[in-house]
Amino acid sequence: MEFSEHIKTANVEDVVLRQPLHPPSRGTLCITGHHLLFSDREEGSSRQVLLLLRNIDAIEKSVENLLGYSGFFSKAGLSERTSGSSGTITIKCKDLQVLQLDIPGMEQCLNIAHSIETLSCLDSVSEMYPFFYRPADLSLQDQWGLSSPESYYSQMKELHGRWRLSSVNRDYSVCPSYPPAVIVPNSIDDDTLRKVAKFRQGGRFPVLCYYHRKNGMVIMRSSQPLTGANRKRCKEDELLLQAVIDGSDKGYIIDTRSSQQAQQARMTGGGFESKSCYSHWKRLHRQMERGKALQESLIKLVEACGDESNNMDRWLSKLENSKWLSYVQTALSTAGLLAECVERDGHSVLVHGSEGTDSSLLISTLAQLIMDPCCRTLDGFLALLEREWLQAGHPFQQRCAHSAYSHTRLQQESPVFLLLLDCVWQLWRQFPLALGFSEALLLRLATEVYASDYGTFLCNSDQERCAVGVKDKTHCLFQALLRPREKDYYSNPLYEPTELAIWPSVHPQSLQLWRGFFLRWTQQIRHLEEAQEEIRNMVIEWGKLALS
Amino acid sequence: SKNLNTPELQEKASVGTLYLSATHTIFVENNPETRKETWVLHSMVSSVDRPPSTPSGSQLVLRCKDFRVYQILVPQERDCVDVHASLVRLSRPEKYSELYCLSFNPSVNKEEREASWSFIDLMADYKRMGVPNNLWVSTTVNNEYRVCDTYPSELFVPKSASTGVIVGSSRFRSRGRFPALSYFHQDTLAAVCRCSQPLSGFSGRCQEDELMLQAVMKSNPGSDYIYVVDTRPKLNAMANRAAGKGYENEDHYTNIKLQFIGIENIHVMRSSQQKIIDVGEMRAPSMSDFLWGLENSGWLKHIKAVLDAGVFIARAVADEGVSVLVHCSDGWDRTAQACSVASILLDPFYRTLRGFMVLIERDWVSFGHKFSHRYAHLDGDPKEVSPVIDQFLECVWQLSEQFPCAFEFNERFLITLHTYIYSCQYGSFMGNCQKERRDLRLRERSHSVWPQLWKDRSDYTNPLYQAEQSQSQGVLKPNTSPFYFKMWKGLYNHVEKSVPPRQSPADYLSAVREESQQLEEELTNHQEVAPGGTAHHHFGQEFCDLDIF
Repeated sequence: MEFSEHIKTANVEDVVLRQPLHPPSRGTLCITGHHLLFSDREEGSSRQVLLLLRNIDAIEKSVENLLGYSGFFSKAGLSERTSGSSGTITIKCKDLQVLQLDIPGMEQCLNIAHSIETLSCLDSVSEMYPFFYRPADLSLQDQWGLSSPESYYSQMKELHGRWRLSSVNRDYSVCPSYPPAVIVPNSIDDDTLRKVAKFRQGGRFPVLCYYHRKNGMVIMRSSQPLTGANRKRCKEDELLLQAVIDGSDKGYIIDTRSSQQAQQARMTGGGFESKSCYSHWKRLHRQMERGKALQESLIKLVEACGDESNNMDRWLSKLENSKWLSYVQTALSTAGLLAECVERDGHSVLVHGSEGTDSSLLISTLAQLIMDPCCRTLDGFLALLEREWLQAGHPFQQRCAHSAYSHTRLQQESPVFLLLLDCVWQLWRQFPLALGFSEALLLRLATEVYASDYGTFLCNSDQERCAVGVKDKTHCLFQALLRPREKDYYSNPLYEPTELAIWPSVHPQSLQLWRGFFLRWTQQIRHLEEAQEEIRNMVIEWGKLALS
Repeated sequence: SKNLNTPELQEKASVGTLYLSATHTIFVENNPETRKETWVLHSMVSSVDRPPSTPSGSQLVLRCKDFRVYQILVPQERDCVDVHASLVRLSRPEKYSELYCLSFNPSVNKEEREASWSFIDLMADYKRMGVPNNLWVSTTVNNEYRVCDTYPSELFVPKSASTGVIVGSSRFRSRGRFPALSYFHQDTLAAVCRCSQPLSGFSGRCQEDELMLQAVMKSNPGSDYIYVVDTRPKLNAMANRAAGKGYENEDHYTNIKLQFIGIENIHVMRSSQQKIIDVGEMRAPSMSDFLWGLENSGWLKHIKAVLDAGVFIARAVADEGVSVLVHCSDGWDRTAQACSVASILLDPFYRTLRGFMVLIERDWVSFGHKFSHRYAHLDGDPKEVSPVIDQFLECVWQLSEQFPCAFEFNERFLITLHTYIYSCQYGSFMGNCQKERRDLRLRERSHSVWPQLWKDRSDYTNPLYQAEQSQSQGVLKPNTSPFYFKMWKGLYNHVEKSVPPRQSPADYLSAVREESQQLEEELTNHQEVAPGGTAHHHFGQEFCDLDIF
């Protein structure tokens, strides 16, 4: 392994670790290619802290030399001269935990800091930890993943008349960010699809992502049409959409941009479905924030949650200023609109923004949770994430390269998936009996998506994952979460399935800060966890009694 | 009776008949299937407005003290004017004799009614604390309310304080409210005492008062000083000196540490609450409007200040073992808030249903709190109205959000209590002090609220509470960082009551707990248990959120 070239100091004794919810402890620090390992050496304690380097978002170091250090840097190796010096490294993690290490010896401190900086953001996917992680109770031969368009199609017998499974993308040549198989109208052949793909950004032609059993309506998603400034048309695209609403009077297009943004997109080759060319489709514009704005919102909110001024006005104004809760509100209300079109209004809907890899997935996922009881079980929810995020080509690696603490210049980062988890948490809070999974699952996913032992969230698309052999050489997080012990922990003890749609309230009073995530490392959250534990125990106790 | 169209502000409009009785406004829907009735107590009405008429009729808007709003559309303007005039009169009784509690007659006999008044026994609670003892003793100095007419007749004072010292001190304190024991913490022997501000002006002093504080200090063997907590902002306290009042001069009182907390006065709180009510009534605000409104109201900032006061006192008593003397101006608003929050934090007993009743009875009812004025029981000076106890109840709710397993009672209990405090249905919260209640002969003429609440306790129990659980024991140490405060939706939001009922885990868990207990009993009785058939529950529709989700 080449990691060793980045590790000048692998072991330091006498390091003090300061960590939320624990008293400071003294012990040995080790750094490996993928981990920081701290072993407590206090008497009677054997605490070990293992931190994935990938989880580290930013570090700050400060060194002080008690003896002075003239000429120190020119003559490395004279470590005895630095015996009076020490340094402190503050580690800010992507799961929002902040740790501090007091390291004796300035050189050692700088070495450790350097290793962390380098190793925490290695670019090469195949060198990442999931390729080395080999837990005893999982085998690489285990099935990978829970769901795919193929399995969705074969389960949904109702689809088979009007819809077909196309493998036009089997070698990812039509749309690099789509999976090999997609569901499309039966009457549209693969040649037509190829032409439609050329008319949609990134080749993301409209595909079916949800079939509403109650009325046969569907949710389609795609990217924007490439109409451009001179209003180009594509007969095949119009044909495909016509085939979607075949037999119905109209369909809706939910465009996740404002109509002004959609107009502007024409200047850069994008566009929207005009009324004249798509006469049976009604466009609804709902502006959703994405990209940088969302990332900045997260950064502001996390900063606000760390504010120690203890000032209510300041907090409320920072909370408002971050806009995070506004984005939660918009996402849930747009998803509500989508579900309303399908469930109440009885029409099919096409969702897209520009690229179709972010906000489109966000609202189609939420709408499915609102309408479809099958998505609300633990297995169902994970399968939904697999279809709507992993296979649908949400670029996880780009979006989640850094989180709220990073100082590096932001590029493609955007916490869209975190926003999804927050919205799901709001649903879970409003309907505590309707979802089969617990808050712990959402928290676990929020951690795993940024840094993981598992290969699930690696890469940006199915194609990329195949190229590096993720499915052969790493373990699948979703499978691991469904092992019996884990499954218990991530299930909602109060779950009572309901066939009804769960319409969330988007009134600001009904939406709350997700304290479990944003204030995760505080004592107060432990009290809430105790309460959850208590609920679990009560229900288990009751179950035992009822069976006896 | 008239046919009226009464769209309740938040619900769908419905057509029906409006009746006015001596005590209630009653609206009965015409819909023959439901014939739904809405009863509104006159004493719960805080204002009746008559906005300009519309083509379809004249309007009446009833705003209630529980923050509900009813809009009534009356076809004939004449009728509307009449109803308005009647309601204005009926909702503003001028004399105690007109209050609902004197006509409210639940089906209990005389003996039960009399017994209802001894349901809460404050002396038993002092005994539970270990008082009287060799540090704190009972005093008869206020028998017949001779020294302080707003204090109770039975009080505990430092053993070393002579009658002369007490009386002298009371003369130097606003309205004679001298330092007396509120809570004694057995673990550290430190105490929470309360009083009103000293009449010091810029330079006045009083030897007896100085001795009295000295005596409070001596009654705690573990410490050689006491904290004097002035719950007002320092500027307000200083301004009071110009009126011959003020705060303790640390040069005159030896061994005290003065601490200002900065809870604003009743006028600031009244207008702040109005703003948060307005926020609660916004129909479809954007998130920014809502958060801005929340900030602008200042309400959560005030709630935090009250909680901070309680936390300061509890820390001094439990962690430092130092006694605390708490006052504000007259010692019956902010002082009551701070002392009762401190007790909740210090002693798990007050976090039980019965203990909470004891606490309200002691720090609010018995020690004198102007219920009649603050909660507008009688038509009077609107400047005397202020949501003082609302804030205390909200502090408890905010605490229960941080410690979901620590309280035996639930949100519904707090809201019900809030309603009873305003509604005048029971005699418990009538008048402003013990003497007034005695003079009104309330024990003979009305009922106490506590036995009723106790009887319905299954509605008010938090299913997550377990006495042995760690959160339920010891001193509560809440985090009062701003992040942990939320708007109390259950109290202030009536806009969303119309939304289909949300799922309530609390009700679900109560049912689970109840069923588990039954099953357990059945098991111990070796009876046969029907297999399986217990998996599905149908719960009441009323919303009681266990807001840990």
